[in-house]
Amino acid sequence: MSLKKRRFKYLGESLIEGNIKITATFAIVVVFLIFLFIMRESLPIFFNSEVQQEITFGQFFNGIAWQPVSDNPRFSLWPIILGSLKVTLIALFLAVPVAISAALYSSEFAGRRLKEFIKPAVELLAGIPSVVLGFFALIVMASFLKNIFGWEIRLNAVNAGIALGFAVIPSIYSLAEDAINAVPRSFREAALGLGASPWQTALKVVLPAALPGVSAAVLFGMGRAVGETMVVLMAAGNAPLFSFNPLNSTRTMTATIAAELGEVVFGSGHYHALFFIGLVLFLVTFAINMTSWVLFDGLMSKLYGAKK
Amino acid sequence: MTNKINLRNIKDKLKIGLTGSAVLLILAILAIILGTVIIGGYKSISWEFLTQAPADGMTKGGIFPAIFGMVFSLMLMLIAVVPVGVATAVYLHEYARPGFILTKLIRGAVNNLAGVPSIVFGLFGLGFFIQFIGGGLDHSLGQTGLFGQPCILWASLTLALMNLPMIIVATEEALRAIPQAERAGALALGATKWQSIRHVVLPQAIPGILTGVVLVISRGAGEVAPIMFTGAAYYLPYLPKLPTDQFMTLGYHIFVMTTQSPDIDATVPIAMGATLVLLALTFSLNIIAIIIRSRTRSQLRKGR
Repeated sequence: MSLKKRRFKYLGESLIEGNIKITATFAIVVVFLIFLFIMRESLPIFFNSEVQQEITFGQFFNGIAWQPVSDNPRFSLWPIILGSLKVTLIALFLAVPVAISAALYSSEFAGRRLKEFIKPAVELLAGIPSVVLGFFALIVMASFLKNIFGWEIRLNAVNAGIALGFAVIPSIYSLAEDAINAVPRSFREAALGLGASPWQTALKVVLPAALPGVSAAVLFGMGRAVGETMVVLMAAGNAPLFSFNPLNSTRTMTATIAAELGEVVFGSGHYHALFFIGLVLFLVTFAINMTSWVLFDGLMSKLYGAKK
Repeated sequence: MTNKINLRNIKDKLKIGLTGSAVLLILAILAIILGTVIIGGYKSISWEFLTQAPADGMTKGGIFPAIFGMVFSLMLMLIAVVPVGVATAVYLHEYARPGFILTKLIRGAVNNLAGVPSIVFGLFGLGFFIQFIGGGLDHSLGQTGLFGQPCILWASLTLALMNLPMIIVATEEALRAIPQAERAGALALGATKWQSIRHVVLPQAIPGILTGVVLVISRGAGEVAPIMFTGAAYYLPYLPKLPTDQFMTLGYHIFVMTTQSPDIDATVPIAMGATLVLLALTFSLNIIAIIIRSRTRSQLRKGR
């Protein structure tokens, strides 16, 4: 190959590499843009005097009513923050024990065949679209639970929380299973060698060793639950009440945006308030996911250190 | 002593059984949801149901426009997300230095993108695509309401951003499974780095990339929150022709039918049928992905 040709080849090579590199930075740009644009649309609440005649930052934490379209609009975030909190806690209350037990079972006790069956089943559960879960909870489960428990209100936080639990079980399961699987075999061999039973080994040696990863899985599921929209929009009754009673109708932060953004007047105080809720959601899930990620990474590097 | 050990064994077995029952519960949830939708929906499914438009305020007729719009938007989404996702994965796995700050930043961004709530993507699509890009295009072209309004294009791009992490992760996993010796062999024969990626690495990664594509289609088909404000319509009397038209889509159609219907008793059977179609689609796509993945894994095991 002549020198000229070779030089040309290397030029092409670095052009391609450069292109791929630029494309790869796209993910960073997107995250940055999301933050920027949600921020941009919520800032008028702080700085625009016209918008501030309708709503100010202080109003978000003043009072307990979210009534953006009444004659005397109120924009307190407390009812919808409480709603998100209630539904998320109920979902985790169901999903955490189920997902972690299943993860422990499939990595410690299940045979290879059974294991190869459990994983796809969980993936199928993860593959159910949230609108289908919401549909199921709204049309089928709500009436069923109401009849059994004699609820006064059909659509409430418990109904939505259970359906939301179905949605986050797969997320918690898969991360928890990865964490438990990462515990080195030597840990188990040592415990069994000292006379511990398989159950004692699993519960008192393996699970504690994987604990940071398991907590990361719970946090990960929590981030999912806080951010989930369709299930709570359809199954929680959609009333922004300030109520600690889980059997009351509830509205979460995500459902508030989904229910109201379609009818809102562009550029109004209400419009910017909805973007502000989006900003809060973005920041909260960002913080939860970062913590989860740091915990999980820490565990992995610790365990892989132990394997050497 | 043996008695004690026996008792311990029995107790242990019980506790293990208890954790195993969590697995059963997961299977039961899956079976109940699937069973309810099949039993409630199979009667609605017919050729007419799949090929006709809704009629009489969605209390009669079929779901064809919703299926058509869904396919249209998913195709646009794939065109946008696959090249970017594959290129990002190729960079991360083939070019990037692991400890490098840019690599860490990209990985962090991908992780965070995967965790952003779907409704926030909807807000972003509205603020960025429709108002900023679309509105800006309209302004510079001297017209109103062509790009600066909800349409298939913006909805598909919003879905594409949301699904970017999934393609990246699937492709990277596929790249990781290819033995280093394959690359070394290509380089030793005089191939450049790009030639070895293009002709040796990527062809072997195709099953993995395909798994990602299938999963992204499945997830995109079921996502409603990001497209509610960026393009999906309650009802349209015509099929969309251009990417700048609004569209109906299956997931949103189910939501509309069950929450906005004037006559809920008449719409529930239709909504059940539509849910069955959506669920059948996402399930079969997921099963295809699972099969491709287990095939490539067993091939890998054989190859080693």
